[in-house]
Amino acid sequence: MSTITLNNITKTYNKKTVLAVDDVSLSIEKGELFGLIGPDGAGKTSIFRILTTLLLADKGTASVVGLDVVKDYHKIRGIVGYMPGRFSLYQDLTVEENLNFFATVFGTTVKENYDRIKDIYEQIEPFKDRRAGKLSGGMKQKLALCCALVHKPEVLFLDEPTTGVDVVSRKEFWEMLKRLKQKGITIMVSTSYMDEATLCDRIGLIINGKILSMDTPDNIVKAYPDKLYAIKSPKMHQLIRDLRSYDGILNCYASGEFIHFSFKNEEKENESQLKKHLQEKGQADIVLKDTTPTVEDCFIKLLGKQDGNGNSNKDKGPN
Amino acid sequence: MLFGVPVVQIVLFGFALTNEIKNSNIVIVDNAKDMASQQIINKLASTDYFIIHKELLSSNQIDASFKSGDIKLAIVFPLNFNEDLTHTNHAQIQVIADASDPNTGTTLTNYVTGIVADYNAQFNKDIEIPYQINQEVRMLYNPDLKGAPNFVPGVIAMVMLLVCVMMTSISIVREKELGTMEVLLVSPFKPILVIFAKAIPYLALSIINLTIILILSVFALDLPIKGSIVLLYAVSILFIITCLSLGLLVSTGASTQQGAMTLSLVGMMLPTLMLSGYMFPIENMPMPLQILSNIVPAKWFYITIKDIMLKGLGVRFIWKEILILFGMTVFFLFLSLKNFKKRLE
Amino acid sequence: METETVIKTKDLTKRFENFVAVDKISFEVKKGEIFGFLGANGAGKTTAMRMLCGLSRPTSGEAIVAGIDVYHQPEKIKRNIGYMSQKFSLYEDLTVLENIKFYAGIYGLTDKQIKDKSDELVQKLGLQNQIKILVKSLPLGWRQKLAFSVAIVHQPKIVFLDEPTGGVDPATRKQFWDMIYDAAEQGITIFVTTHYLDEAEYCDRVCIMVDGRIEALDTPYQLKKSFNVDNITEVFYQLARKAKRAGD
Repeated sequence: MSTITLNNITKTYNKKTVLAVDDVSLSIEKGELFGLIGPDGAGKTSIFRILTTLLLADKGTASVVGLDVVKDYHKIRGIVGYMPGRFSLYQDLTVEENLNFFATVFGTTVKENYDRIKDIYEQIEPFKDRRAGKLSGGMKQKLALCCALVHKPEVLFLDEPTTGVDVVSRKEFWEMLKRLKQKGITIMVSTSYMDEATLCDRIGLIINGKILSMDTPDNIVKAYPDKLYAIKSPKMHQLIRDLRSYDGILNCYASGEFIHFSFKNEEKENESQLKKHLQEKGQADIVLKDTTPTVEDCFIKLLGKQDGNGNSNKDKGPN
Repeated sequence: MLFGVPVVQIVLFGFALTNEIKNSNIVIVDNAKDMASQQIINKLASTDYFIIHKELLSSNQIDASFKSGDIKLAIVFPLNFNEDLTHTNHAQIQVIADASDPNTGTTLTNYVTGIVADYNAQFNKDIEIPYQINQEVRMLYNPDLKGAPNFVPGVIAMVMLLVCVMMTSISIVREKELGTMEVLLVSPFKPILVIFAKAIPYLALSIINLTIILILSVFALDLPIKGSIVLLYAVSILFIITCLSLGLLVSTGASTQQGAMTLSLVGMMLPTLMLSGYMFPIENMPMPLQILSNIVPAKWFYITIKDIMLKGLGVRFIWKEILILFGMTVFFLFLSLKNFKKRLE
Repeated sequence: METETVIKTKDLTKRFENFVAVDKISFEVKKGEIFGFLGANGAGKTTAMRMLCGLSRPTSGEAIVAGIDVYHQPEKIKRNIGYMSQKFSLYEDLTVLENIKFYAGIYGLTDKQIKDKSDELVQKLGLQNQIKILVKSLPLGWRQKLAFSVAIVHQPKIVFLDEPTGGVDPATRKQFWDMIYDAAEQGITIFVTTHYLDEAEYCDRVCIMVDGRIEALDTPYQLKKSFNVDNITEVFYQLARKAKRAGD
């Protein structure tokens, strides 16, 4: 029995004019760290709210630790830990007061489950008398996590916990999640940062309410259909245009300090021919190499395949 | 709404809400039933100030009528009114007015004394030795015509509304707006408890406010409290709970704090101000508004409080109003609980 | 070849009572540069940007934007710059076309210019079929692209972008940066703040702010070299770690 399951869940808003979740099915096993990766508006929050029993789906069923989200909603609400998108803490209460409040709401005390939150709480303990509203983004996030964990839930739902938080705190947060996972907690996280995907056991890439791919990050990368190259030169802005004007190139875009692209057809002379073309265009000091696709590359590839979805989200060239 | 509210206000203020007193229920005890009394009664009837009930009541019965609020004024003609007038040149009429609202009391009394004096003067035009009709005026319940008994209950009602309806609803809606409600819902905490937990501090606060207002009124404004203080508190607490349940109802309907505030102010306080009888006597409003005023909880509270403070009435007389308030409370609570959303949509 | 300096600050400071949000920052930005402003929340990025936009009066120090002194003529600055933020870009209840016309009008374009520019923009973005659609129905990525186009509709000297690509899908982010490149080619200077550190690589120069001060300012390549690391994330990480010792 999977810990978290979604079966053909569909959710619409606004009298069925907005399709937020489009026939999504997935299952997450006990102790997994599962990442739901996708941009804003992809349907992540809707899925979370359906699983935490806050929203009713239009179609389909879902369950958490075997309990149905519709029929047994009250039971589920007592045993999961939830961190919704915004920092939903009481801004006027101090760190300690917030923690005590949530412990009490769940019928327990901070002392009782202290071991569960110790690692995290230690980092914010020096500020325990400070009002939650006055904490930095990273601290708020740690506090919210403690409050979600204080009643020793078996399942954690974290909806975009790292959004808007600085890079250092983000890294620390994921390290904390890894440690929690080792304690056997099942964690479902959503994020729009692609680089965080590699830190999960399995990920689901979602956009426009549909899951494009669901597997371990490694497998998703391995499933990348084309050979991916990285290229750079001193004249980057021009390089992109030069590449786009070259016939044999499939889909190129900037990625960090390189430009990623693939060839339309795999041929031996591709690289040398391309270099020749670029040199003719005035490029020099070209660095061209193979590269392993990242999750972001996979996402873009899968997105590109998703054409004909009725909106102008196609990968159009610039002007 | 930007256009509707001012228009409604103008219409209400212009047509309905007026400080003029018309159509007041008065009783005339005509012991004489002679020509003079009849003529005076006719004069009184020809104005539209009064709705006249002619009954032969004993003084106890008159007392009871005032207590129950059925009449605002009583005029008693003695047995031999006309005879006294023509043979001894002076006679006495008794005018008793309900002065719990001193404005109403004085205005009505002035109407009567004016009309009688007018009759007197007219009568005297044709004769040599003037007749004199003495009017013994008694202001019941508030002989000193203090204003405090009138506006203090109104102030209490307003304060309760402000604190209990507006602040309670804002407090609950704030949780929705900030997102903490979302987290609370996903917990074993029963939603009902959330609501009660929000209401209780305001209950306590309101009781304290009430006490402060009463203390200030009694000692600084000489407010009389003729009836039982226990009953006063009991009724006030009932009204507080009515307001709290109204606040809860508003909170289920609003999704932003601003919405809650607007709904409270425009939907609750404004009608209360205008239709509770606090500022404008209900009897002077056109019939549709009078009917409408029945659903304003503050109206019933206002009546009971004044009855207790000024008339010293006990439960026997005010049980009807108490029952109405109680019924309203139950109704609002029921609606709030029904509307309270266990889920986010 | 002297390229014009479009932004110049010297010891620019903003103090709120006891709190120093921006602490004596000095830098120059040349015309057509893509200048990246990085930093944690609360590092002072937004405050600094507001001073440069003429929205907030500095406590001390100098700042000249598009040749205009921020103390003396902050209003004039606004006419020469474009602005776009993640939180607000367009009026959601207006259509695509209405938004373009509205902003073009605000920036003082003549009616003819407005018409020409609207057509041009719509063509560029491929929104011919969407001009009558309410902005709130557009996917986020398209809104941001439209917002950017609108921000530069009057060919300003500088455009300020405050976290413009937050939460947008990666493909659209790339397209967004294509548009930024194009604008830079046309001579518009881009001043952009972002949380996505890979986007730092797209900038000509990057400035990293920590606790209100500039801790690093150089090309991405030079920064990586001097910190001896592979990517900007590591640079940032090292600098931010230092700041954490000062407490949150």
